[in-house]
Amino acid sequence: MRGIEVRLEGLSKHFGRVVALRSLDLEVRAGEMVAFLGPSGCGKTTTLLLVAGIYRPTTGAIYFGDRRVDGLHPRDRDVGMVFQSYALYPHLTLFENIAFPLRLKRRPEAEVRAKVSQTAELLGIGHVLDRRPGQVSGGQQQRAALARALVKEPQVLLLDEPLSNLDAQVRLQARAEIRRLQRDLGVTTILVTHDQAEALAMADRVAVFSTGEVQQYATPLELYQRPQNTFVAGFVGHPPMNVVRGRLEDGTFEADGWRCRVPRLSYRGEGYLGVRPEDLRVGGEVEARVLVAETLGREQLVTVRVGATELKLLAAQADGFAADSVVKLDIPPDRVHLFDAAGRRIG
Amino acid sequence: MEEATRAAVAARARERAWRGLWVPLLFLLPATLLVSLFYLLPVATTLYLSFTDISTVTFRNPQWVGWENYRDLVRDPFLGRILGNTARYVSLTLAFNIGVGLLLALLTSHVPERAGNPVRALWLLPRILPPVVYVLIWQGLTRESPFGLVSNVVGVSRNWITAEPWTVIVLANGMVGASFGMLLFTSAIRSIPADLFYAAAVDGATAWQTVRRVILPLLRWPLLFATAYQTLSLLTSFEYILLLTDGGPGFYTTTVWSLHAYKLALSNYFGNVQFGMGAAMAAVLVVVGVVVSVLYLRLFNFKALVGEPKIEVN
Repeated sequence: MRGIEVRLEGLSKHFGRVVALRSLDLEVRAGEMVAFLGPSGCGKTTTLLLVAGIYRPTTGAIYFGDRRVDGLHPRDRDVGMVFQSYALYPHLTLFENIAFPLRLKRRPEAEVRAKVSQTAELLGIGHVLDRRPGQVSGGQQQRAALARALVKEPQVLLLDEPLSNLDAQVRLQARAEIRRLQRDLGVTTILVTHDQAEALAMADRVAVFSTGEVQQYATPLELYQRPQNTFVAGFVGHPPMNVVRGRLEDGTFEADGWRCRVPRLSYRGEGYLGVRPEDLRVGGEVEARVLVAETLGREQLVTVRVGATELKLLAAQADGFAADSVVKLDIPPDRVHLFDAAGRRIG
Repeated sequence: MEEATRAAVAARARERAWRGLWVPLLFLLPATLLVSLFYLLPVATTLYLSFTDISTVTFRNPQWVGWENYRDLVRDPFLGRILGNTARYVSLTLAFNIGVGLLLALLTSHVPERAGNPVRALWLLPRILPPVVYVLIWQGLTRESPFGLVSNVVGVSRNWITAEPWTVIVLANGMVGASFGMLLFTSAIRSIPADLFYAAAVDGATAWQTVRRVILPLLRWPLLFATAYQTLSLLTSFEYILLLTDGGPGFYTTTVWSLHAYKLALSNYFGNVQFGMGAAMAAVLVVVGVVVSVLYLRLFNFKALVGEPKIEVN
């Protein structure tokens, strides 16, 4: 099974007057795993269904390698898909569910049996193949759905929130398994998720969606270190980055009632300062009042007020933060993210 | 002493059991009364009448004649034809109702709502029309030229009811009957999650394969229900035949069992209506109905469909 390159060019989708997706250009390299990350209604699932062929694009083109596929029926695209609901056929056993794509192609019985049991063994559900979807656990249903998507050895694998219906323990395990399987098979994979931990942990690159547009398409580390705009800055990272509106002057950022030093930029005027809770330290010159300290286990999440602004910082559990006490905050200039008035990254 | 104690314990246990039974029996009483009055009593009366020679002539003094009515039934030279007609009527109309109902449901649920809803609404119109008016429309449609629409369209002037009585009967019945299946199947199709259709498409299914391998298996219960229900109601229905052909043209051409029973029992040409004979025919229908019901219930796996009671007594 070899993956194939997937290219979306000027892709858009309108439902009546509602624009679900605005002109999207995006490329997934052969064998790569890409995550579409975003809040609900951001266009990520629409894009996935466009790639699968369930929806027809309003404008634009979809290429698998050199083949243009946006006019093709899903069955002619050679994709496998796992749905959030798993969408297993309730009247068929797991065996027949997995065999379904092969049966539709009228493959010989011996081949069907061999491939189904091989795929089922790979996913560890060989012992429950004679049961129906309603008679097995959520984790087993999820594996069966994955097996059904993989059994026909597709060039492109589409995963729509495949883990969101699993409980936390199983989810962590499935996350690693899917990633390993995807690497071993080398199948080009698109994963749609609203869970940033899932996207960052599993994908080679992540496309962050919002309001029908891709905000940033980059590796997980780059998303974290250099968010391209305030949306990505606030969306990626947990706990989320502090994003504060204020004025940028020469080497200083001035907000309501306080100021701090920032790197020198040519940009002047209204803008945003972003700083991650884990980059904020105690021992600087910005005066802040502690509002509340939440214990997270290894660390604590402290909410402080600086002027009229609330900031969150992560501190070691051992540090004492009494409510209403005053601390001096250090906002390291080399750790801040600066954005212009429109929210675009400037430094 | 010991024996007396044991007897007392047993008596108390019996009393408790009775007290425990009281409440459920009380709850069952209204339903039992209704079922007895409107279901069991008529069946018993019919069975009783079928063993008498009650008719207009003997109305005041009916005699017990044993199996005589049933023997007459079997000796009737038209029995074969009437049985054949009944089988034909029920099977053809049933096939039309289920088949067209399914087709309509599939088509109207795969086009946009704006188109599907009006089509379904149109198909429901005959059902809310009084049967007599509905049949009058059919008679108008099937008349000779220049009045009959069918004759004009086909270009052959004929009274299509006498020329093709069965076709007209099945169509007239089916145009009404198909809407039952249509509604039932449409709601069943709508309750199938859209993801299953998407999955089938991605898995490589054509439209026909999706219908055959995904939709039809999931419509098993509504299909069985519509088939069972309509078999029973068709066995006893004759109003459209009565109004369209009155069992003709000619001798018993389209007379079905229930129509024959109706005529013998309630509307005899000679004025001497034979209640006893009609009752015997109705009794046969009751037996057939019960047998068919039991068969369908088996097929339905009725027990699996019955849920746990929602209310608890005691």
